[in-house]
Amino acid sequence: MNEKIRKASRHTNQNEGLIFEKSSPGKRAFELPPLDVPAVDASKALGGAYRNEGVEGFPEVSEIEVIRHFTRLSTWNYAIDLGMYPLGSCTMKYNPRVNEYVARLAGIATEHPYQPQELSQGCLKILSMLEKCLLEITGMDAITLQPAAGAQGELTGLLLIRAYLQKQGNPRKRVLIPDSAHGTNPATAVIAGYEVENIRSNADGQVDMAHLHEQVNEDVAALMLTNPSTLGIFEQQIPKIAEILHAHGALLYMDGANMNALAGVTRPGDMGVDVMHLNLHKTFSTPHGGGGPGAGPVAMKKILEPFLPVPILVEKEGGRLALDFQRKESIGRVRAFGGNFGVLVRALAYILAYGPGVRQATEDAVLNANYIRKGLEGTYDLPYTRPSMHEVVFSDAIQKKHGVNTMDIAKRLIDYGFHPYTTAFPLIVPGALMIEPTESESKEECDYFIDAMKAVAEEAEKNPELVRTAPHTTRVRRLDEVRAARKPVLRWKPSVKRSEAAD
Amino acid sequence: MRYLPKSPVERQEMLDALGVNSIEALFSSIPEAYRLKKPLNLPGPLSEAEVIRYFEARGAENSLGYSSFLGAGVYSHLRSVVTDAILQRGEFLTSYTPYQAEIAQGTLQAIFEFQTLMCQLTGQEVANASMYDGSTATTEAVLMAERVTGRRRVLVARSVHPEYREVLRTYAKNSGLTVEEIAFGVKGTLDINGLKSALKEDVCAVVVQSPNFFGAIETLAPVAEAAHSAGSLLVVAVAEALSLGLVKAPSEADIVAMEGQSFGLAPSYGGPFVGVVASREKFVRQMPGRLAGQTTDQNGQRGFVLTLATREQHIRREKATSNICTNQALCALAATVHLTLLGKEGIREMAEQNLAKAQFALGELEKIPGIRRSFPAPFFNEFAVELPRSVKMLNAELLKNKIVGPFVLGSAYPELSKHALVCVTETTSRAEIEKFAGGVKAALESPL
Repeated sequence: MNEKIRKASRHTNQNEGLIFEKSSPGKRAFELPPLDVPAVDASKALGGAYRNEGVEGFPEVSEIEVIRHFTRLSTWNYAIDLGMYPLGSCTMKYNPRVNEYVARLAGIATEHPYQPQELSQGCLKILSMLEKCLLEITGMDAITLQPAAGAQGELTGLLLIRAYLQKQGNPRKRVLIPDSAHGTNPATAVIAGYEVENIRSNADGQVDMAHLHEQVNEDVAALMLTNPSTLGIFEQQIPKIAEILHAHGALLYMDGANMNALAGVTRPGDMGVDVMHLNLHKTFSTPHGGGGPGAGPVAMKKILEPFLPVPILVEKEGGRLALDFQRKESIGRVRAFGGNFGVLVRALAYILAYGPGVRQATEDAVLNANYIRKGLEGTYDLPYTRPSMHEVVFSDAIQKKHGVNTMDIAKRLIDYGFHPYTTAFPLIVPGALMIEPTESESKEECDYFIDAMKAVAEEAEKNPELVRTAPHTTRVRRLDEVRAARKPVLRWKPSVKRSEAAD
Repeated sequence: MRYLPKSPVERQEMLDALGVNSIEALFSSIPEAYRLKKPLNLPGPLSEAEVIRYFEARGAENSLGYSSFLGAGVYSHLRSVVTDAILQRGEFLTSYTPYQAEIAQGTLQAIFEFQTLMCQLTGQEVANASMYDGSTATTEAVLMAERVTGRRRVLVARSVHPEYREVLRTYAKNSGLTVEEIAFGVKGTLDINGLKSALKEDVCAVVVQSPNFFGAIETLAPVAEAAHSAGSLLVVAVAEALSLGLVKAPSEADIVAMEGQSFGLAPSYGGPFVGVVASREKFVRQMPGRLAGQTTDQNGQRGFVLTLATREQHIRREKATSNICTNQALCALAATVHLTLLGKEGIREMAEQNLAKAQFALGELEKIPGIRRSFPAPFFNEFAVELPRSVKMLNAELLKNKIVGPFVLGSAYPELSKHALVCVTETTSRAEIEKFAGGVKAALESPL
């Protein structure tokens, strides 16, 4: 490894089998208090529905084995807590520990969604406070906290648009989506009952206005725009885009995945956006937890408010809060109960910790991205040169000449103690390296990252094989994905069963 | 600000390196007219101690100190402190979706174990890495059945959770699906004759829940037979997953949609929970959401990757099987740790305690004149009773004794206006049950 690199690499760890392979009959890791009512003969009480034997294959282990098993597994993961996690578009920022603490408080974690509203004023105040904060940050008029994640927020937003247009007599047929968009946008549009039309980006990475003009007509329900785009570039034409859509009776949806570039600096609501979602697990620091849970609140302009999912939060006389389920024009529910409340608690804790200082986080995020861009420009190809916001997208064009692609570089970065950036996205950049450092990285960590990226570029030139076969320091090497997909093994089975199944 | 790792000097050094005078310059691509001129009007900044104080104060305005007999899709169960200790390991908590498999083997192996546990519980062959919750899992299971069969009519039992049905309707409305409801019979379970007369060759899915919303356990075999004879798939929703410790796996189902909240997740005012879709292996390519699969690395060592991703939105875009991206991974980990702690004996014992306590509670209530069980079907930890007067009035009386009363069935089923859905789990003590029964008796005896 390059001697200039100061970042320590991670130690390797022992092997650990599947929990099922450690099981031995009669061991247990959990004991219940004794039953304080008469025992019941379950076979009698349940009749034909009775499960004669225990759940076949369930593990039988002790408490220390559970702790060791999952602790060992955990050491095989990279995490924000270990270092920089520059996944573009994912906003992997620090997840404050106090947020975990407050989400688990008695009186917060213990509450049942159907308990009387007079016994839920604390929960409702949290929701109300979060609603107000998010409306202030986005510049919108109304909001729902119900969607469980960004993709569900997108669906909620499109259903609101559909209901609004339907009320005017025609829900329309098409949704326009720029070619730089996240895959969830087109997948969502289809569930909302729309056909998808792609809009090209121009040479600057902005929406191709000529193409937009060509495509927009009275059949179009909405355009879904990510701003800043997935190139990390602010879409300067956004007020104009809104104007064009509105002139045709269509609405502007904004994918707020990249709100971390805007919070405190500018507000989508002021720029003509009609409806947008926020990813609380991105901009508002709730932990990704290996893939979720998230929360995808949807903020909107007044015109869409009548169609909000039920229930909505209302303030009664004397400041009492209540849930209103009686909304004639509502799009309905997108999820049972109120939403991912525990995630909403964490997001509010984050906002309260910053207050108006949330702007400082945005500034630092943009500063870090530009600092890394400056450090790597020339070493890596920069296909779009407009000013970067919170992330920067390079391509592997220079390294490709040596037979090294973005995935190889990403894998080699692991050997230098970093999580890779996002590879091969956005699709409009062949061989993309999408880097989002977030505000959580110090100057020192950014410098280490630049060092490592430069070292990999040098290796790509001088010893491409080393990069192509990376990572070299991880517990497992590159995994055979083709084999995984060709003959999927999606669960453990006892070996006896496996040999039977082999025939 | 304590979360930001830069000194003013470092910020200046970085700006100098960029050759710009001020941070404002980095935002020059945002048209001047749209840049905020004044700070946002937000509460804060708060120190850590103040953040804690704020949420403690909110918690004190909720239901602390009350006993509760609410279930209806959200259940209070014992949770070991071990679960939270594992969840709060930063390596799990602060990692992303495991796309870079070499440095995400911990998450991937845990998902593989989760998928295995879900298969063992549900009697299905494959299970996915999680959905948002039971309601969206049920909806996604129906959309999956639509893709498998190419049909567009859905028959859903009215005894399925009312909010699950609402979510299904929201999604179905614009997908060209028609949703029809099948009544429940006097036993509190699906009216099989009603189902048979509605079943035709155009039905993609028959959806039942078991135990159903009234707590009644459905007899699945005849439902499956009827569905299959019309070429339809059977989707079984499970809202109280702990029941599967004692109740037969719904192996007659083609797709199972389950809510796993009972496995180590607090009620948390409705979320985050963990949905899961499990099915027969032959349908796996129509499954929504992520799947972890076993493979090997170049040295032949066992490892795990996300697989069959060509179903998913980031590859297939508008042709994906679902738009889901972020799921409930950490909640799935909670369920995995919790079920590993419980193990084969623990889950059975916990389930047995639920059954025993619910039976005890029913017995206590049946001693009260005027109260009778609504439905005779077997139940797990939840049952419906009919009262001689309004459940809302009863609950108002119980509240005075620091008891949160049962779910008011009339709010979702007008014909059950005097029926209450009572839930009792292993966390409810005998003393609480007796106090509850005493409170009910007193309330019913008091003059109107």
